[in-house]
Amino acid sequence: MEPIDLDLDENELELPTEPMRLNMGPSHPAMHGTVRIVLELSGETIVKSDVQIGYLHRGFEKMCERGTWAQVFPYVDRLNYVSPMLNNVGYALAVEKLCDIQVPDRCQWYRMILGELARISDHLTCTGAMAMELGAFTPFLWFIKAREMIWDILEEETGARLTHSFGRIGGMAHPPTPALKEMCRTAVRSVMDLVEEGEKMLLKNRIFLDRLEGVAPISGADAVALSWTGPCLRASGVPYDVRKVHPYLKYDEVEFDMPLGKTGDNLDRFLIRLAEVRQSVRIVLQACDRMPDDGPVNCDDLRFVLPPKQEVYTTIESTIAHFKLIMEGAKVPAGEVYSYTEGGNGELGFYLVSDGSGTPYRVRIRPPCFPITGGLSKLIQNAMLSDIVPTFGSLNMIGGECDH
Amino acid sequence: MGELRHVTLDPAEGSGFATTKLNELLGWARKWSLFKYPFVTACCGMEFMALTSPRFDGTARFGAEAPRFSPRQSDLLWVVGTISQRQAPVLRRVYEQMMEPKWVLAFGTCASCGGFYDNYTTVPGIDKIIPCDVYVPGCPPRPEAVIDGLMLLQDKIARGDRTPGVVKPREDPAPGLVQLRRNKGVSA
Amino acid sequence: MSERVLEALRSKFGAAVMSTHSLHGDDTAVIEPSAWKDVCTFLRNDPQMSFDMLVDLCGVDYPSRSPRIEVVLHLYSIAKRHRIRLKTAVGDEDLVGCEVDSVTGLWPGANWFEREVFDLIGVRFTGHPDLRRILMYPEFEGHPLLKDYPADRTQPLVPYRTEAEAGVPLEKLAPFGPDEGMPFGRHNVRSGSFTSPSGKDNN
Repeated sequence: MEPIDLDLDENELELPTEPMRLNMGPSHPAMHGTVRIVLELSGETIVKSDVQIGYLHRGFEKMCERGTWAQVFPYVDRLNYVSPMLNNVGYALAVEKLCDIQVPDRCQWYRMILGELARISDHLTCTGAMAMELGAFTPFLWFIKAREMIWDILEEETGARLTHSFGRIGGMAHPPTPALKEMCRTAVRSVMDLVEEGEKMLLKNRIFLDRLEGVAPISGADAVALSWTGPCLRASGVPYDVRKVHPYLKYDEVEFDMPLGKTGDNLDRFLIRLAEVRQSVRIVLQACDRMPDDGPVNCDDLRFVLPPKQEVYTTIESTIAHFKLIMEGAKVPAGEVYSYTEGGNGELGFYLVSDGSGTPYRVRIRPPCFPITGGLSKLIQNAMLSDIVPTFGSLNMIGGECDH
Repeated sequence: MGELRHVTLDPAEGSGFATTKLNELLGWARKWSLFKYPFVTACCGMEFMALTSPRFDGTARFGAEAPRFSPRQSDLLWVVGTISQRQAPVLRRVYEQMMEPKWVLAFGTCASCGGFYDNYTTVPGIDKIIPCDVYVPGCPPRPEAVIDGLMLLQDKIARGDRTPGVVKPREDPAPGLVQLRRNKGVSA
Repeated sequence: MSERVLEALRSKFGAAVMSTHSLHGDDTAVIEPSAWKDVCTFLRNDPQMSFDMLVDLCGVDYPSRSPRIEVVLHLYSIAKRHRIRLKTAVGDEDLVGCEVDSVTGLWPGANWFEREVFDLIGVRFTGHPDLRRILMYPEFEGHPLLKDYPADRTQPLVPYRTEAEAGVPLEKLAPFGPDEGMPFGRHNVRSGSFTSPSGKDNN
């Protein structure tokens, strides 16, 4: 039997002309959990898109106003939950800027080491997830295996694999363990091996390259106008990295490069993250060489830092200081400050307003991936439906941070 | 199995040899072939990824690895991470779209009880919205704890038990530690 | 750090710049709400200023002050590497007159930041292309980040289940009964034995 439309001329058919509405819902495998994109499609091409976030809004800023300054650390961990140490360090630096205190050198190196390990795990998770969403399951497993090695170090140091809450105002919760340097040096070697294997697997694969190369490019000027920072901005060729331009901790004393992309397409964003993993490895190794093996980790200002437990149980001043710090919170001087560090996704800023009491008046986080996700609509305009998946993956939207 | 076995799949059914054996067979088959719907929202998702990673392999060896991103095709709903009030209708709809028999595993403290987000925007535990079978506390729980949760759920599926269960630590804390306990129904 | 930015502002806008300070190294200028758009346009377009990146736009609620809400804008210049914080205060006790010009025409990235301030604090931005809630759901009433919104007032979209409907106690007390906990793998510290999956003690 012949097909019934053999005689029909396509021009005579009445085809619907309104665009099709499609919902990539808040529970979607490639939406990193919690973003809803309402699309208007004409065939496979996206005519209009509305990116709706807020499905993971957990009221971070409101919760901070209900505790003390030190009680913010667990909340801050859960913002960018793939690199929690960077959030801890960022917030600690912000409060220390407001209090006008400086942590000792050893603590600065320690924060750098843990922070860069967290950054490596962030970039590995992002690139691994991007590959997995395109169908490459194996490099994802390899990168997660590398991430496990980093998490082993973090578990040994901080006690927890993921949400450490290890930063403190004026230092860290505990001094580094004696095995830290050895563990770091061994682990980064294995991590680099796995990263190289993953790269070999992916970067010569025709399908992978076709899906990433030339898809969703964005120019440097557009990215700056959209308030992008971090790897997504550097992929468009704009040389802005807070660690290089406004160094904090000891970043001006270590040598590392700032990889830059050209077109700002998905492939550039993917490659930049892997290049940054290499640079972070360089930083970790240099910091391991430079970190002093002894010396205090916390600054000894009793107004903000808990006194050692020995003294708390034996001297009265320390008992009172400890009591006041725990029950009332550190009395951060009144004022406001904006402090920024390089988080996993870009400039992670904290705008703190203090009224002089132990409870924060306002803790505002400037999430790096908030404006980046805001630019998604522009990126996928006129792209095809299946281009959303690698594009969204390359932006590394972390729900906890974007929705804070 | 001693005192813990008390519910079969359908108590009204006859308890003849064939039906009991059939129930056992169904329970065995169901527990070793769970299709999961990973409803992943937050930080627990990282531990969920680690659970499926080669080191822990917490799902493949239990036959529970195959993710089905459609609720119509899955029987185990993993609620991983915080559920906000905005996400709640989505969770409810996904749960309602699943077909019987279906089970729910609350992964993490936020899914079990809201965690430390006691505020205007978090649902204090998914059992306020959907029934839940196993709670795995932890923020985030270690993959080993989640494996315990999955094994506990398998135990319940095999026995046809719908009482909710909680994963407890395998080792009690230091024996010399003073524990304040309530006086009713205490077990080890 | 970049006092010249503040000086340029003071010399160009005079009385519209109500006060400036540079505490903790952050240059800050408090602007009249009516001059908001002009100051931002100047800061963006002037070649000496060239603030091409909007870093952050947020709001802070000071219920004891009048006007009540302070809108805080952080700007950065990639070329000149200087930063500035602009603040302006709007709104009275009942949030009347809580309006400020939108800067989305100057920095497209401000779109979502302004939506967030509208959502959580209630400031309306005139000229914003699409001012609606972003983090909260459209049915939510009120602005959560205001100091007089209680943190634990929930407005559930899905009504919570009751115990009658659930059939099991929803408010659980610890410790749990023997049928709710995990029957296997528990290490009995006193006897040193492990409970096996079958529920029997093994040695």
